[in-house]
Amino acid sequence: MGAGHHHQIYRRDDTFVHRLPPHCKLLAVVAFAVVVVATPRELFAVFGVYALLLAVVAAAARVPPGFVLRRMVIEVPFVVFAVALPFIGLGERVSVAGMSLSVAGLWAAWNILAKATLGVVASMLLAATTEPRMILLGAQRLRLPSLLVQIAMFMLRYLDVILGEMRRMRVARESRGFAARDVRHIPVIARSAGALFIRSYERGERVHLAMLSRGYTGSMPVIQDVRASARQWATVALLPAVALAVLGAAVLGTGAL
Amino acid sequence: MVSGETPSLEVSRLAYAYPDGTQALYGVDLSIARGERVALLGPNGAGKTTLVMHLNGILTAGHGTVTVAGLPVRGDTMKEIRRRVGLVFQDPDDQLFMPTVREDVAFGPVNMGVRGEELERRIKDALDRVGMLEALDRPPHHLSYGQRRRVAVATVLAMEPEILVLDEPSSNLDPAARRELAEVLRSLDVTVLMVTHDLPYALELCPRSLILSDGVIAADGPTGELLADAELLAAHRLELPYGFAITERG
Ligand SMILES: Nc1ncnc2c1ncn2[C@@H]1O[C@H](COP(=O)(O)OP(=O)(O)OP(=O)(O)O)[C@@H](O)[C@H]1O
Ligand SMILES: [Mg+2]
Repeated sequence: MGAGHHHQIYRRDDTFVHRLPPHCKLLAVVAFAVVVVATPRELFAVFGVYALLLAVVAAAARVPPGFVLRRMVIEVPFVVFAVALPFIGLGERVSVAGMSLSVAGLWAAWNILAKATLGVVASMLLAATTEPRMILLGAQRLRLPSLLVQIAMFMLRYLDVILGEMRRMRVARESRGFAARDVRHIPVIARSAGALFIRSYERGERVHLAMLSRGYTGSMPVIQDVRASARQWATVALLPAVALAVLGAAVLGTGAL
Repeated sequence: MVSGETPSLEVSRLAYAYPDGTQALYGVDLSIARGERVALLGPNGAGKTTLVMHLNGILTAGHGTVTVAGLPVRGDTMKEIRRRVGLVFQDPDDQLFMPTVREDVAFGPVNMGVRGEELERRIKDALDRVGMLEALDRPPHHLSYGQRRRVAVATVLAMEPEILVLDEPSSNLDPAARRELAEVLRSLDVTVLMVTHDLPYALELCPRSLILSDGVIAADGPTGELLADAELLAAHRLELPYGFAITERG
């Protein structure tokens, strides 16, 4: 029964990074990502500094590198895309180990890989140091579209319930002699998925009734207000601010050359 | 009622047909005095859930009226009605939709505009009354079924309702959880209307019972007397569990 209960990306700990208010961290990660994306791809050293900054945050939050690396799989689609670019790219080509690669493609691949990796690692650090529901509170605090926040909130709450229902349906199927082995079984699985959808939909209706019964009028009340002190804001601002400063210095430096 | 006090709940000539044409209620009359604990019994499909949905205006009467502590259920009174009628749904997973127990219990009062210390007091008080104070910061889906049922009761207690309405509160509970919930319900000082198929539970908790059958109230009286009347029970597809017999007291 206990499966799926732990939100595996969150690392329970009590460092000062963990204690920072969620909306501050959320905003800092977004600002950092904007700076990263705006960085010209030629500035290799600047990307190095960004990576260093994230390493400092990770160390402060006591998140080991391995923990982050193992969860980098969500970046795989980007990597595949990036690896393809030098081969399919047009224009000037260079020869590396006997393969002819597109120069523009190599630059594009580097650009995507570097920026995606930095963005993913930054988000990962946010998720590792902030409970999922606190991230949602932060999003609510930042006045993100409330419908989206509510949807995410219900996903968080009902994921286990729906997984449980899915598991019970599978057990029911299998205890009557059905086991999905090849494509001929797809229609059965599809029908189960349909049934699961109906069940989830009906649960949604019942939850809505329960919400109405307790005075819901369309907006989620802010129950646990998250507040940030000026010092906390100053702390989180450090990450994007240092990144921006390094970028500014590099751009001015190359411009002066 | 003999006393001059307005009853907690008054339903008069309530009739309702679902949009598909199924007539579920044919003219229900009942009155529950303040502080009473009443069981609503009846076979599957009798219209119990349909009746309950009328009590806080989720369904609106086709004919007849529902009045809660003197206030009629109407479009313009809905907000106050939902505060006065605390509905506990059968499946606690439907009732507990917030990420933590604290937020869930706070949901109703916050919607009513309660904030700050008063909010905190209500959350603690409601959870304390159901013996779940220590679950304050836990996510509801980590609790056992019986604990979730008790927290579900707390979510409506926090709204300080005039009347608590429970749909099948003892279903899916193991004997210990069933007993614990009974203790909680008995300790409350609010009016309770409890829909149940669990006749011994009704006998244990509710001095008075109503039998709803085919969309009308077929019997209304002391629970012990109704349950001792084998003919009455048989006529409405109600059965006591095997080996259970009621010896009339008095
Ligand atoms: N959404 C609906 N649409 C149409 N008919 C419905 C709907 N819900 C219930 N009914 C019908 O209304 C009648 C009363 O149903 P209701 O759910 O109120 O019974 P109940 O007494 O709560 O039964 P149970 O003990 O099984 O919970 C039944 O005949 C049922 O089929
Ligand atoms: Mg029912």
